[in-house]
Amino acid sequence: MNKKTNIVGLLQRSSVPIMFVIICALCIPIAGLSPSYLINEIVTRMGRNSFLILSLLVPIMAGMGLNFGMTLGAMAGEIGLILVSDWQIVGIPGMVLAMIISVPNSVLLGFFCGKILNMAKGREMITSYIISYFMNGVYQLVVLYLMGSIIPIAHTSIKLPRGYGIRNTVSLLSMRQKLDNLIPLTIRGVKIPVMTFIIIALLCLVIIWFRRTKLGQDMRAVGQDLEVARDAGINVERTRILSVIISTVLAGIGMVIYLQNMGNIATYSSHSQIGMFCIAALLVGGASVDKASIGNVFLGVVLFHLMFIVAPRAGAYITGDSMIGEYFRVFVSYAVITVALIMYETNKRRAKSLAGAQLAAEQEAQK
Amino acid sequence: MSNDKPRLLEMKNIQKDFFGNQVLTDINLSVDEGEVVGLVGENGAGKSTLMRILFGADMIRETGGYGGDVVLEGKTVRFSSPFDAIAAGIGMVHQEFSLIPGFTTTENILLNREPTKKSVVHDIFGPRMNTLNRSEMDERAANAIEMMGVSVDRKMYINEMPVGHKQFTEIARELSKDQLKLLILDEPTAVLTEKEAEALLASIRGMSERGIAVIFITHRLQEILSVCDKVVVMRDGRVVSEKAAKDTNVAEITRQMVGRSVETSSAAPHDEEAEKERKTILKVDRLWVDMPGEIVRDVSFEVKEGEILGIGGLAGQGKLGIPNGIMGLYQAGGTVTFEGKQIPLNSPRQCLDSSFAFVSEDRRGVGLLLEESLEWNIAFPAMQIQNRFLRNYLGGLIKWRDEKAIKEITDKYIDELAIKCTSSKQKAKELSGGNQQKVCLAKAFALNPRLLFVSEPTRGIDVGAKALVLEALKKFNRESGVTIVVVSSELEELRQSCDRIAIVSGGRIAGILPASASVEDLGTLMLSQVI
Repeated sequence: MNKKTNIVGLLQRSSVPIMFVIICALCIPIAGLSPSYLINEIVTRMGRNSFLILSLLVPIMAGMGLNFGMTLGAMAGEIGLILVSDWQIVGIPGMVLAMIISVPNSVLLGFFCGKILNMAKGREMITSYIISYFMNGVYQLVVLYLMGSIIPIAHTSIKLPRGYGIRNTVSLLSMRQKLDNLIPLTIRGVKIPVMTFIIIALLCLVIIWFRRTKLGQDMRAVGQDLEVARDAGINVERTRILSVIISTVLAGIGMVIYLQNMGNIATYSSHSQIGMFCIAALLVGGASVDKASIGNVFLGVVLFHLMFIVAPRAGAYITGDSMIGEYFRVFVSYAVITVALIMYETNKRRAKSLAGAQLAAEQEAQK
Repeated sequence: MSNDKPRLLEMKNIQKDFFGNQVLTDINLSVDEGEVVGLVGENGAGKSTLMRILFGADMIRETGGYGGDVVLEGKTVRFSSPFDAIAAGIGMVHQEFSLIPGFTTTENILLNREPTKKSVVHDIFGPRMNTLNRSEMDERAANAIEMMGVSVDRKMYINEMPVGHKQFTEIARELSKDQLKLLILDEPTAVLTEKEAEALLASIRGMSERGIAVIFITHRLQEILSVCDKVVVMRDGRVVSEKAAKDTNVAEITRQMVGRSVETSSAAPHDEEAEKERKTILKVDRLWVDMPGEIVRDVSFEVKEGEILGIGGLAGQGKLGIPNGIMGLYQAGGTVTFEGKQIPLNSPRQCLDSSFAFVSEDRRGVGLLLEESLEWNIAFPAMQIQNRFLRNYLGGLIKWRDEKAIKEITDKYIDELAIKCTSSKQKAKELSGGNQQKVCLAKAFALNPRLLFVSEPTRGIDVGAKALVLEALKKFNRESGVTIVVVSSELEELRQSCDRIAIVSGGRIAGILPASASVEDLGTLMLSQVI
C-alpha cells in the first residue's frame, strides 16, 4: 500500500516534466532537425539561461514562491551593459564591469521589492509580478529619457537620433560570446561554452554551500513556518528581504551572461519576458511553488528549450504557418505556470480531506 | 530549605484586567528550585493569562501590563518580551506546537540556536554566513533528549512524526537551553497516548531531580497528583487553594475547580414525566467531525422536540465541532436524522432547507456581514434561503427586495431583543459584542427555524447582555416551541437555561444529565475522558 502510494505520489509530483517529455518526443521526429543541431542548441541555451533560473531558487527556499523579483535584477544587468558598451570597455573586462555596476542597483531594487513583499505575505508571486511591471516603467524612464540627458551617453550608435534615450537594440558585438569562447572546446561539432558552464557549476556549489549556512537554515525555517521562525527569534522580515536581494543580484549577473551570449540587448523587451520564461522552465523541471532543486533547474532548461526549438518547426510543418510556433511558446509558458499553481492548490486540498478520512477510519476500527 | 537563599520564583499580588474586566485578582504563587507545581482550573480561570505574564508575552504589555511583582531568584523582573524571559531561564511549551514541519528533530531542537563553524566569508557578510556544525548539533540534541529519558529519532522529520514525539521535541528544545531553570508545560499530555504521557511524567520527575522547576498545567488530575509536589487551583482569576499534592485528592480538586456554591444557582425545574412524552426530533448517530482543534469522534445523541439541550465541556474537547459538523461547515461523517428524514452532511444548504438555523461562535467571521446594515444582516438569510421579504414581478422572473417588510422585521427584533443601535440602517461592525450577538440571534429567529443551534452565545459579552441573550433564547423556545441546542463552555449558564446537559470530553459524549444535576457530577464528566 505504502509503496504503491509512493509511486503514485511520485508520478503526480512529476506530471509536468512527464508531459513535456511526451510533447518533445512527439515533436522531435515531426520537426526533422538533425541531432547535432538539436544538441548544439540545447547546450547553448543551457549556458545562456541556467544562471538566471538558478537565481530563482533562493526565494523559493525562503517561502516566497516563484518570484518575479528577478526581473528587477535583469533590468539592473541591462543598465550595466548599456553603460559599459557606451564606455567602450570590451570583452571580459566589460562584462565584469557591467556585473559590478549591476550589483548596487540589484541590491537597491531587491531591497525595495523585499520590503513590499513583506507587506503582501502569501501573495508574493502576483505582487512581484506587478512590481516588475511598475519597475519596468521606471526602467523606461531611466533608459528612454534620463540616459543621454542626465546620465551622459557619448556614442551615437546606441543613442536615439533625437539626442537622448537609448535605441531599441544595443549591439554587444564586442562582448558577443566572449565568455562562452574563453576556453574553446568543440566535441563532434558541438560547441561547449566551457567557461560559462564552470561559472554555473560554481554557482551551484555556492547554492549548496549556502543551504548549509546559518542564513540558509534560517531561510528554510522562515519558508516553512513564518510564525514558528519568528517565535524562535529569527528576524523573519530581514531574512525574507535578504533572499530577494540575493535573487536580484544573481539575476543581474545572470542577465549579463545571457546577453553576452545573445550578442545584443533588446533594450525595451529583453527583461520583460525573461522572468516568465525562467519560471516556466523551472516548473517544467518539476519544481513547485514551495520546493525547487538544482536538478529541477537543469531538467527544466533542457525540456523547456527542447520544446522551444522543436515545437515551432513541428507546428510550421503541420500547419504550414511559421507564426504558430511563436504563439505556441507563449501559450505553453502561461499554461505551465497555471497548471503548476492549480496542482499546488489541489495537493493542499487533498491533504486536508485525508485528515477527515483518517478520522472516519479510526472510528470504524474501534467498532 | 535554607532561609538565606531566595526562592526561585515568587509572583506577588499579581493583578490583571483586560479593559476593566478583571481576570486576575491578587495572585500569589511561589516555586522552589526543582519543585513541580500543578496548576489547575477551568477554562477562563486565568491560568494562561498568569503564565503569559510570567513569560513576558506581548499581548500582556499591549493590553496595559499587569499589577504586582514577579520575583525571580530574589530580583524583581519585568520582561518586555518572551526572549527576555528565555534569557532569564524560563522556558515554555505551548499547547500549539511551534515546530518547523520539514526539519528534523535535531534541527527543531536547536532552531535559531545552531552551533556554527566559522566560514571564510564570515568577516565580510557576518555570522549568518557561517556553516552549521552538524555534528555538534547532533550531540547537543542527543543530550537534551537524554535528559528527558525518552527515545526520539533525531533524524526524523517533524511532519512524519506521531504527535507525542512532536511534544517531546518541543520539551527537548527547552531543555537544550543551558540557562533553563523553570519550565512551564501547558497541557503537554493533551495530545499524548497513555504510554507517552507516562514517559513524560517520568521525565518531569527527572527534570526536577536535576534542579529544574516545572509548572505543569493539565486537566488530567491524576497526573497532577502523581507527579506534582504542590497543587494550585485557580477559579475566576483567584487562587482558591494551594496544597501539597499528598494532602489532597481528585474529588477535592474537582470541587474546588467548579465549586460555586450549589444553592445560588437556579437550575431549571426538571419534569421527568413531560420528558418521556416528548418525541425525538433530531437523532445524531456516530458523528465524526474534522474541525481543527475541536475534533468530534463517534458521537451519538438525541434531541427531544421543544427542549433546550445544552452541550458543555472544556475548550478543545469537541463541543464546538458538533454543531459546526452537523451544519456542514467542517467535514463530517455519520448519520443525522431530523423528524425521521435523513439530513445529508457537508451541505449547509440542505440543513438550512430542513429549517435548521445556526448561530456561530465565530460572530465576526461567519455570523455577520460586518459592512452591511442591520436590516440586511437580519433579513439576508431568510431572503436567500426562503425567498421571503421579496416581491415578485413578471411571475417571479424579477424579484425585488421588499424594503418595507425588511425594516418592519428588523425593528421588531431591535425592540424585542433591546439591540442598542442608532437605527436599523447602522452597520453591524459598529455595534458592541453583545449587540452583535443579539443581531446574530435575530437573524436566526427570522428564519423561523424548527431547530436552532447556538454556539457560545455569551462568549465575550458583558453580564447584562448575557442574561438578555439567555432570556431571549428561553423565550423563543417557550413561545415558538423551537427546539434549541446550546453549546457553551460555561456550565452555570447551561444549568440555568437548559433542560438537559450533554457533556463532551475527549471528542465523545461523556454523559447526558438533567440540568438539575450537581456541579460536581457535571465537572467529573467534563474531566472524565479529557485528551
